[in-house]
Amino acid sequence: MRGKFTGMFAVLVAAVALLLSPAQSQASADNFIFGLLMVGPANDHGWSQAHFEAGKEIEKNIPGSKMIYIDKVNPADRPGVTIPFLVDDLVSKGAKLIIGNSDDMTDGIREAAMLHPDIKFIHISGDDALNPDAPENLSNLMGKMEYGQMMAGFAAAMTTQTGKIGYLGPLINDETKRLAVSCFLGARYVWTEVLKKDPATLTFKITWIGFWFNIPGVTSDPTQVAKNFFDSGYDVVISGIDTTEALIVADQKKREGADVTAIPYDYEGACETAPDACLGVPYFNWYPGYSHFINSIKNNNWKKEWLWLGPDWKDMSNTRKSSISFKNGKALSGDVQAKLAVFAKGLGDESISLFTGPLNFQDKSVFLKEGETATEMQIWNMPQLLEGMEGASE
Amino acid sequence: MKKLILDILLGSLLVFSFTYIVLLIAGAPVLDAFKHIWLGAFASSIKISQVLSVWVPLTLCSCGLLFTFRANLWNIGIEGQVTMGAIGAMAVLRTPVIDNPTLILCLAFLTSMLCGGAWGLFAGLLKTRGGVHEIFGGLGLNFVSQGFILWLIFGPWKRPGIASMSGTELLNRKLWLASLPGWRVATAGIVIAIAILILTWLFLEKSRLGLKLKAIGQNPKAALLYAISPERYYLQSILIAGSCAGIAGFIQTTGVYHRLIPSISSGYGYLALLLVMLSGYKIVLIPILAFFFASLNVGAIQLPIVLQLDSALSGVIQGCCVLCALFILGIRQRRAQP
Repeated sequence: MRGKFTGMFAVLVAAVALLLSPAQSQASADNFIFGLLMVGPANDHGWSQAHFEAGKEIEKNIPGSKMIYIDKVNPADRPGVTIPFLVDDLVSKGAKLIIGNSDDMTDGIREAAMLHPDIKFIHISGDDALNPDAPENLSNLMGKMEYGQMMAGFAAAMTTQTGKIGYLGPLINDETKRLAVSCFLGARYVWTEVLKKDPATLTFKITWIGFWFNIPGVTSDPTQVAKNFFDSGYDVVISGIDTTEALIVADQKKREGADVTAIPYDYEGACETAPDACLGVPYFNWYPGYSHFINSIKNNNWKKEWLWLGPDWKDMSNTRKSSISFKNGKALSGDVQAKLAVFAKGLGDESISLFTGPLNFQDKSVFLKEGETATEMQIWNMPQLLEGMEGASE
Repeated sequence: MKKLILDILLGSLLVFSFTYIVLLIAGAPVLDAFKHIWLGAFASSIKISQVLSVWVPLTLCSCGLLFTFRANLWNIGIEGQVTMGAIGAMAVLRTPVIDNPTLILCLAFLTSMLCGGAWGLFAGLLKTRGGVHEIFGGLGLNFVSQGFILWLIFGPWKRPGIASMSGTELLNRKLWLASLPGWRVATAGIVIAIAILILTWLFLEKSRLGLKLKAIGQNPKAALLYAISPERYYLQSILIAGSCAGIAGFIQTTGVYHRLIPSISSGYGYLALLLVMLSGYKIVLIPILAFFFASLNVGAIQLPIVLQLDSALSGVIQGCCVLCALFILGIRQRRAQP
């Protein structure tokens, strides 16, 4: 019996040795490996998928580049897994650049950047790079989605029959507040400048669910929130979350005979989920930002940067240059599409400037005086929602 | 002992066969999957230290559960006890009046024990005084603690201007439990876990408490004849279990996440329940099995990274392990019957 156990032990040791023998894959001299940490699923038809596809485009267009990735990086989907833990792993696989695609990863990316000073980090939507004390290997990237959301607000206000627009908000922070505000400003522009109506007759209500996507038992259920909007007279729901629940519910309601529509968020292909109910989608194109940073690393001229990239107003659908765009949906009438194009042109040539006073915050304090235009930082650090918007500011 | 080893080998064979089939169904290259799980857990000292950071709370919860299982109590509420321990620790860590980090960490440690223990005691009182079975009481209290932590994170403890489930403000670095250079596990966590393991062994195997818990667990009515009050020992055991879980919550807060997040317990309480059953309630197997489950947890992250498989498969593999172990346990019990 003893001999048998010795034999088994020897086999076990040999098996372990065999398993250990292949070294972890390492980058060859020509390869540039970058790691992508996505907060949601890579196929969410929203935020994470937009990042994933930009990474794939990088692989196609920058020779030698290779993406390694992991999705669903959040404590609910991956309990016990932390950002520094994942970064350790991606670095061990040869990653020279780590991209963290969520505001939720701020602390983890900051910690990982300090643990790996030789690796470069891009944190999406943060602003660490503005802080002189922040690590030199950490930059920030974000798109000026404010323009996309202004267009979404425009399309929603041009379409609503009830004058009630719902906004399905994620969590409350400066980013989400400025995006909701942008939507509202787009809608209010339609109300006052295009339709010449009393702004008091426009209802713009935000319900925050608590995170970027549904986490059962933790966040409010976005499906339920969208249903509540439609059931209480809101006929257009704009989504600010990473997934497409608002559009799916709108489609269901439409099939039941209701005249309702929705605007999803983030991803160019989001309308494909339910095209008949989709007015359009404001979406990110991360390729220009990613390629900027990857090229800077490859050319050895990396520097800590805070990049807030806008649309290419000459051609918003230019995937090489435009970081933001709006794709019209099937449910958006031809007439509104034409008016939206004029509106976008006005935004581009700055003949339309929606962050210009007089504008008050929700608590009636002054945000911008008559004729005053907001600075980038005032918009970036939006402290409150605006007067005329319903919903919590904190 | 030989039978035990044979059972473990048979169990392992079953686990591998079952897992093999699951991975085949999922369309995964089976050997590659096993290889990457292994490499993901043991390829470097950093990875091993990450395994240890999971091993610590798992071991602590398991030690606590040994007490309650000994008294034949199903302490499902362990998950909530971890959460309440973390909340208790955070409450102290947020106190601005104490400047000394060591003192504040010690106080947080004690408070986490107290809060976890009190939450356990609550479930115990629901059983002994209210007649509520500890499974239902514990489950209910888990929901309450989850609601409480969410309220704190979205309410009074939220970050300035932010309401998100991503958690509270990061703790001051001085309040992070220290790790050895290049390691990703709090050294204090390992020391505490080993100390609790030894104390658990002493209490359960070498003290009257262990003996009395055993008597109550096996036959509470007979224990009464020896003037041993089952109620008293039920409460004692669940208080100890809750305290151990509370310490796990303290370590999750100060050594892993460095803030309070809604899922601070990371499901380790539930996992520990399975682990303890798998061990056949034997303390000697707890650290080994905790290490095995921790390795699986850490290593399985390779499935999505390298093979683009859903890492939920690791949960399936863990489930397979437990089912196979329960099957083997069943066989052993049957064999033991006259």
